[in-house]
Amino acid sequence: MSAVGRASETRAGWAMSSPALAAILLFFVLPAIASLFLSFTDFDIYALADIGNLRFVGFQNYERLLENPLFWKAMTNTLLFVAIGTPFIVALSLFAAMLVNSRWLAWRPVWRVALFAPYVTTLVATAVVWRYLLHTRYGLLNYLLSFFGVPPIDWLGSPTASLPAILIFAGWKTFGYNMIIFLAALQTVPRELDEAARIDGAGWFMRLRHVTLPAIAPTVLLVSVLTVAGMFQLFAEPYVMTQGGPAQSTVTILYFMYEEGFKWWNLGSGAAVAFLLFLCILAVTLVQLRLAKRSGAI
Amino acid sequence: MSLRRWSITLLAALVALVTIAPLIWMVSVSLMARGEAAQFPPPLWPASPTLENYRLLFGSFGVGRFLFNSILISTLATGLALLFTIPAGYAFAKLRFKGRDATFRLLVAALVVPGQIGMLPLFLELKAMGLVNSYAGALVPWLAGIFGIFLVRQYCLSIPDEMLEAARIDGASEGQILRRIVLPILTPIIVTLTLYVFLSSWNDFMWPLIILADQDLYTLPVALAANSRQNVQDYEIMMAGAVVTTLPVLILFLALQRYYLSGLLTGSVKG
Repeated sequence: MSAVGRASETRAGWAMSSPALAAILLFFVLPAIASLFLSFTDFDIYALADIGNLRFVGFQNYERLLENPLFWKAMTNTLLFVAIGTPFIVALSLFAAMLVNSRWLAWRPVWRVALFAPYVTTLVATAVVWRYLLHTRYGLLNYLLSFFGVPPIDWLGSPTASLPAILIFAGWKTFGYNMIIFLAALQTVPRELDEAARIDGAGWFMRLRHVTLPAIAPTVLLVSVLTVAGMFQLFAEPYVMTQGGPAQSTVTILYFMYEEGFKWWNLGSGAAVAFLLFLCILAVTLVQLRLAKRSGAI
Repeated sequence: MSLRRWSITLLAALVALVTIAPLIWMVSVSLMARGEAAQFPPPLWPASPTLENYRLLFGSFGVGRFLFNSILISTLATGLALLFTIPAGYAFAKLRFKGRDATFRLLVAALVVPGQIGMLPLFLELKAMGLVNSYAGALVPWLAGIFGIFLVRQYCLSIPDEMLEAARIDGASEGQILRRIVLPILTPIIVTLTLYVFLSSWNDFMWPLIILADQDLYTLPVALAANSRQNVQDYEIMMAGAVVTTLPVLILFLALQRYYLSGLLTGSVKG
């Protein structure tokens, strides 16, 4: 290649990528960095009116947050969502993927599309639908449970049932996406391996544990990381279904950040919440990656 | 068919039915007369199906306006995202330029940062630019789609270099190569990306909730959330609102699901 060709390629390369890069810098990178700075200021409704009121306050926002019971409530709730929701959703997705991947299954594409459909629906709309499905008196779910002799559950009105209720909804909404990722991984597992294990007399569970799971371990990790990140970012669910209630049992970190920032206009304190949220996601992801490396999954 | 085939298929059908039951239920209730849904046991089908809820929704609730906003914002978001990400994805895959790999590594690193981290400063930034409470403000996050760049780059890697080299020798400019040679090859991934951005921007809630204060600018999800907080008891109307919000994207997905699902796999799993 001639030197002239190189120069024109460089020019074209930057010309084609710079609009996107500029947008990313301006609307993504810059705000993310600014969030850290904002979190060390007392930016509130007064600073919003006149920037002259802005003061640098060091770690004061963080100190206040750590003393705020509602922040801890939001943190605990979110960690509960992560701890209970991740295994639940990953298992559900894997089950669905294995079902749809089964070689005895007829009309496979039909089931694949049906199971994926909830993922493309609008979160707010389906949250409204589920709020009704979970209604104590008129909801379909309690009606179905009544056939099994289960007394009506106040799904969205009792602090102990609200978290499972939102998890059922979140699981329904997202498992299709994870299923597709699992499906791709399952198709790379050699059939002969599974077949050999079957001939050796290994049952369904034994083959899942010793053949399928080791083969798709990196994908299990990927899906877990994505699900953890998703659980940390729950917002519309509590906003629409419970408004953080009852007894603040569904206040998530992001819901707390939204109220802090855009309801009370404590933008400095809200930015501190955002930054802590980022650290949480990063920490959990790094731990998962380390565990996976140690166990030889990746 | 063997017994095993029957039982597995039956199980899949059952799981699929349970999965889409909430969506069928949503449509069913939206066709009921006012007050019909607030009964025990809940009726599964409307006694006499009526479009009254939809008439009310578009009449006194003015849903047409929100539908228009959603269509406008999602269409513009999709167009702009394509305009920004396709050339960038192609450049990162096929053009050798100084600083390319380092820049790309930074983009990879940026993927672990969730967009919500910068939401408060972004709001202030747009306020300074005078874009709060405007369509433009709602569009801004879609310009900066790193995932789209990845998707396009991944797909471009499979284009043979010889083909581009031959065009260069024939005297084609880099812009011409992108338009005449690369774009036609990219058609499947463009369909995927179009669908991805359209669905995501249509379904997005938190950012439009923050940036759009004027009710006239509300998108469907924001309007639905606001209304569902006020009219909790109007199940039939709320379900009709949910149908209007969900149906367009569901139809789009069903029509193009083949491209969408295969495209997602290109982006998420590296075999």
